[in-house]
Amino acid sequence: MPEIRNFTLNFGPQHPAAHGVLRLVLEMDGEVIERADPHVGLLHRATEKLAESKPYNQSIGYMDRLDYVSMMCNEHGYVLAMEKLLGIEAPERAQYIRVMFDEVTRILNHLLWIGAHALDVGAMTMFLYAFREREDLMDCYEAVSGARLHATYYRPGGVARDLPDSMPHYQKSKWHSQREVNKLNENRQGSLLDFLEDFTSRFPGYVDEYETLLTDNRIWKQRTVDIGIVSPERAKALGFTGPMIRGSGIAWDLRKKQPYEVYDRMDFDIPIGTNGDCYDRYLVRMEEMRQSNRIIKQCIDWLRKNDGPILLENHKITPPKREEMKSDMESLIHHFKLFTEGFCLPEGEAYAGIEHPKGEFGVYLISDGANKPYRMKIRPPGFVHISALDEMVRGHMLADVVAVIGTQDLVFGEVDR
Amino acid sequence: MNIQQLSQALATRFASQLRSNVVAHGEVTIEVAASDVVSVCAALRDDEELKFEQLIDLCGVDYSEYGCVEWETGETSSTGFSRAVEPDTGARLRFGEAPQCVNTSRPRFASVYHLMSVTHNHRLRVRAYCENDEVPVMPTVIDVWPVANWFEREAFDLFGILYDGHPDLRRIMTDYGFVGHPFRKDFPLIGHVEMIYDEEEKRVVYQPVSIEPRVLVPRVVREDARFDDLADATSAASAAAAVENSDA
Repeated sequence: MPEIRNFTLNFGPQHPAAHGVLRLVLEMDGEVIERADPHVGLLHRATEKLAESKPYNQSIGYMDRLDYVSMMCNEHGYVLAMEKLLGIEAPERAQYIRVMFDEVTRILNHLLWIGAHALDVGAMTMFLYAFREREDLMDCYEAVSGARLHATYYRPGGVARDLPDSMPHYQKSKWHSQREVNKLNENRQGSLLDFLEDFTSRFPGYVDEYETLLTDNRIWKQRTVDIGIVSPERAKALGFTGPMIRGSGIAWDLRKKQPYEVYDRMDFDIPIGTNGDCYDRYLVRMEEMRQSNRIIKQCIDWLRKNDGPILLENHKITPPKREEMKSDMESLIHHFKLFTEGFCLPEGEAYAGIEHPKGEFGVYLISDGANKPYRMKIRPPGFVHISALDEMVRGHMLADVVAVIGTQDLVFGEVDR
Repeated sequence: MNIQQLSQALATRFASQLRSNVVAHGEVTIEVAASDVVSVCAALRDDEELKFEQLIDLCGVDYSEYGCVEWETGETSSTGFSRAVEPDTGARLRFGEAPQCVNTSRPRFASVYHLMSVTHNHRLRVRAYCENDEVPVMPTVIDVWPVANWFEREAFDLFGILYDGHPDLRRIMTDYGFVGHPFRKDFPLIGHVEMIYDEEEKRVVYQPVSIEPRVLVPRVVREDARFDDLADATSAASAAAAVENSDA
């Protein structure tokens, strides 16, 4: 008789289902996981330390690179923390723009999640569908900020610029004839809001398509139902937030419970699960996409009817307009000081948490009165969720590890920072 | 329960254990001794009125350069300055150099806990300073909130705070075999080793960093009354009132 013993399996760091650079050391008894030891930090860039060596306004771009599939939400957390310390508030229109783009970002994030999660579990098609819609939303990012991913669009005191009146168009090329291009450009004739409105009218149909593919799919259910169950008590003790805690049946959403910006004026629902398994978290996120769509619609309505400033006129914090700078000495000085030295935050500390697509994303700032943060701590939702991976996969099969990683919606940019 | 009531409730509940109890920016911050951390945290979690079931965040802080600047703004306005070339603070240090400015007015290391109550929907910040600056030790709160496990590993890795009673205090963020605690203020921003592929040895090797520490924007503190006004609109209003009074 050969001796029966446990063996250790190294999963990653370059595994396609590891969502980036996760190294998992799995102790296995046959195909059953006895213990999982995630090794994170392979993507650690010391973002917090880098931020300590830069003026406040130069770190906004770093925030995009944390969770690189929900860029603007990261910026939002950082900008809110600064605004809290400064005691300022963005103009109303900027708040609506921020809420709208937070929700666009939420859909972007959930689309990547469903694509990657389904692909990991074996449903190739989802990935292609999800990326089709992501393309439209990234065009919105491009139209408003010039960048498709790392937008750097939010600013303390508002947003970088107002919504554009036109959308980027496709150009005729070797691969696309003029006729095809015209068809692609059909819904891009108007402003960004027109394009986004067209998207919101199409999007619920797309979510229906995804649900047709997955919700009652036998294989999908076999792979996700009763996998990685977390009870509400454990979810709280393990620090879960966002869809992870909602999947366990706790109706907790910062947008409702501790509303920031104009979320208190939005009409939307919080979906919750009942069993706390992967399937419930899937249903929660699918419904969240529909709810985000509703919020975007409400924002579009408001933004169409109301014009106004998008950035505070306080030039100690926000740069003056280009024309002013060219003609007014004071503006020139402000501009020079802002871009060479930045602005100082009053001494103190503040924590601002927002409902990020993955959970609670928080930024804790300690300022000693200087133009650079004394200490910045990012509270990443993914880091907390993956720390519970061991507990969630114990006793499951190897293939279920992939489902659990998928359901936690991990992105290593924010886990490792 | 609003912020003020929460602060009051904490003051009555923990009386002697609180070293400070501050309300600022809509947040309550309490400070406790390192030896009281576990008992206070357990009480914060279990007390029916407080019920902080969730530890949202835990982080280390190194206060050794708190308030240190690279320009004394008062002086430079009359004399001019050389722009950001003097090695002074963490951002421009090389490995082995000691920072020139060290703030010793308070203990060097602190552990900061951000708590949240799902039941009562309120938040709290708890800070505890490590008593020894050389060997910072803090009792672990894993038994109160299991989520503290990785957070404490992170604070250990980045700041070298030893969490007493932690079952698995390994490095988490830095590389295997890393030396030092990178988020300490005396650790250079550029690090001390870099990794390259060695053509001769046909493998990846570590070597001392070759880059020059370079930070373009110096760290300054502006004592500007306008920021005070920004920070607190009410104080601006009261200042205006004071001006009126003096005019009268």
